[in-house]
Amino acid sequence: MRYVPLLWAGLFRKKTRTILTLLSVCVAFLLFGLLHAVKAAFESGADSADAKRLLTTARYAIIEPLPLSYLHRIEQVPGVVGVAHADWFGAKYQNESNAFPVLAVDPRRYLDMYPELRIAHGQRDAFITTRTGAVAGRRLVERFGWRLGQKLPISSEIYPRADGSMHWEFDLVGILDADDPTVRRNTDLVLINVAYFDEARQSNKGRTGWYIERIADPAQAQAIAVAIDALFTNSPDETKTQPEKEFAIGFAKQVGDIGALVLRILAAVFFTILLLTGNTMAQSIRERVPELAILKTIGFSDGKVTVLVLAEAVVLLLLGCGLGLLAATSLMPAMNSATGGRFPTLFVHGRTWLVAMSIAVVLALAIGLPPALRARRLKIIEALAGR
Amino acid sequence: MRWLNQIAALTFITLWTIPQRLGTSLVIVIGIAGVVGVLVSVLAMSEGFRHTLASTGRQDRVILLRAGSDAELASGLERDQVTLVAPLSGVARDLRGHPLASAELMVMVDLPRKGQTEPNNVPFRGVQPAAFAIRDELKVVSGRRFERGVREVIVGRKAAEQFAGLNVGATIGFRDSDWTVVGIFETGGDVHESEIWADAETTMSAFRRSIYQSVTARLADGSDAGFTAFKDVVSRDPRFSLSVFREPEYYAKQAKVLSDLINMLGYTVAAFMAIGAMFGALNCMYSAIASRQVEIATLRAIGFGGTPVVVSVMTEALLLALLGGAVGGALAYLYCDGASLSTLNFNTFSQVAFDFRVTSSLLVQGLLWALIIGTAGGLLPAIQAARLPVTVALRTL
Repeated sequence: MRYVPLLWAGLFRKKTRTILTLLSVCVAFLLFGLLHAVKAAFESGADSADAKRLLTTARYAIIEPLPLSYLHRIEQVPGVVGVAHADWFGAKYQNESNAFPVLAVDPRRYLDMYPELRIAHGQRDAFITTRTGAVAGRRLVERFGWRLGQKLPISSEIYPRADGSMHWEFDLVGILDADDPTVRRNTDLVLINVAYFDEARQSNKGRTGWYIERIADPAQAQAIAVAIDALFTNSPDETKTQPEKEFAIGFAKQVGDIGALVLRILAAVFFTILLLTGNTMAQSIRERVPELAILKTIGFSDGKVTVLVLAEAVVLLLLGCGLGLLAATSLMPAMNSATGGRFPTLFVHGRTWLVAMSIAVVLALAIGLPPALRARRLKIIEALAGR
Repeated sequence: MRWLNQIAALTFITLWTIPQRLGTSLVIVIGIAGVVGVLVSVLAMSEGFRHTLASTGRQDRVILLRAGSDAELASGLERDQVTLVAPLSGVARDLRGHPLASAELMVMVDLPRKGQTEPNNVPFRGVQPAAFAIRDELKVVSGRRFERGVREVIVGRKAAEQFAGLNVGATIGFRDSDWTVVGIFETGGDVHESEIWADAETTMSAFRRSIYQSVTARLADGSDAGFTAFKDVVSRDPRFSLSVFREPEYYAKQAKVLSDLINMLGYTVAAFMAIGAMFGALNCMYSAIASRQVEIATLRAIGFGGTPVVVSVMTEALLLALLGGAVGGALAYLYCDGASLSTLNFNTFSQVAFDFRVTSSLLVQGLLWALIIGTAGGLLPAIQAARLPVTVALRTL
């Protein structure tokens, strides 16, 4: 602890230089925080996946509908403890296509399937009993300024009503929320009552988009998935059942390898930082050769001097990393409102901090080691003589 | 004149001595090269995507969807509606008098990317024979066109590049039907190159469909007046409940969300990297100045003015930045140009493939960013160098 002032004095020997270095490290980690948040947003489906949920879609293309009559047959598969289903409504709101997802669901089954979606008891009951009822995620409600009890005029791009009109109206009876921020992005949707929807639509009656099954034992997931698909083999509507996580990963893969793209950008960023900071550190040590020699003269061991120089690099990088991530965190609200809620909420995860800190330490060692070793090898007499 | 001589002499000295500060100078060059390289690559991705969508469609072609639908996948048109479109007066005709209208259906088929196993939504388009005359930019570059009534497909060049098993002669199995790939086609790099095409009737029976998704037609008169007239005919006719879009307008809309997203990502990353690099450049230029402190003070002492010092330092910074920008642009060009990528377009829920396009305007933009970073990084150190009192600077000797 008593070396802290010495460390500090060494770091801020040339204020401008250290501050500039600190700022560029800070920017690198700010970028790291932002890109990591984007990557996490694309891949978060897999994080919030429940190992006890399976997803059944049409075998050949996930957008093909499945018969609603499959419900009771899936329910009888051993190991399945609950079944829900959902259908893609194809919403168009205020003339914007796919402004948010609208799913036609059986309210009780769906809300039971996703206990992480929080809804007040009274509102849940209202959704179950109101045929034209709808519930919406809190972010959506705030974004559009909806109020409980109001009519939601939403058009469908896919389903005309029996009279041919594409305009639908629902009563907003509840608001969905979630405590966990990774789950909260799953609440950016509107749920409507399938009983009303299926009766009132003109086409595709008696069909739904996909099924969700809750199973008792995640270890049985594969066997149960096979058992479900076996029920419908050789029928006109064959199915493909997979664990929720696998489905989410597959979907993220569809988007493409965001992870690889982000990794390449960050590699370029950190390579540049490594170079800039490394150069500065090396120069700073070169200038301080006589000072280091004096430290050794008054009794600092080689090891202590080495550690002192290394510690400078570590402190610089960790400080820059912390400031950068703090800056990223404080930028998130602005970014989230700039995307108008069309993109999942971005936030800096705890894991991002861990990864960033480890990167900072590794970079610090890479940057600090050469000058530290140089300091270690210093011969007092030569150094003082300025040779 | 003397002043200009001073500038020339000092700039010469400055540049001549760069090799003595090679490390610092290289750091600036490489740092800026990194920034410009990333900037140009990310923008090349956005440019490639924009190009793919922007080059899709022509002014004289229209796409008809069910009223209220903005995307083919959400649309559905009954056979009777579709057959009424072709005879309409605004639709162009070929030499033999056949109307240039093609009713098409779109299904999604699952195909893994090359080297992967996860399925992707690849668009599979069933087209009527007129489709080839309507989209006369389509060229079969290997193999031949599919035959009607046979389970044969032709595959867009980009789909063939991205997804596994789409070579001429290969068999692909979808939903209890096997199809033979008989050709690869190009359409000038537009979205159709991400698609698989087959005969509409064959597709309908194989995929057990009974409705079409859209009709694409060429207008006899592609001008605004012609388009408005055609639109009026369709909207006034009580038999129809259709939306009419000009093709370019339709495809631009499909791309909007994704291209906004890519652009935002690109510019955010580039802006922050540039700020970081500016701090780095500042640092390097400060240390370049520091190492030349005595030299500059000596020059000042023997009569060189402050402005020539500023100019010479700025010239160094800008030259290094320019060099970095050029290296970065060249790297981006070498590594990215022409590389292809496919992603899920949320609006169409289907895969769209596109190429990175490193255009000359992007390269110029990269150089401009480099110059901005160079200016920002060089100006303060240059002024500091010129302002430092000669006596103070010489005392450090």
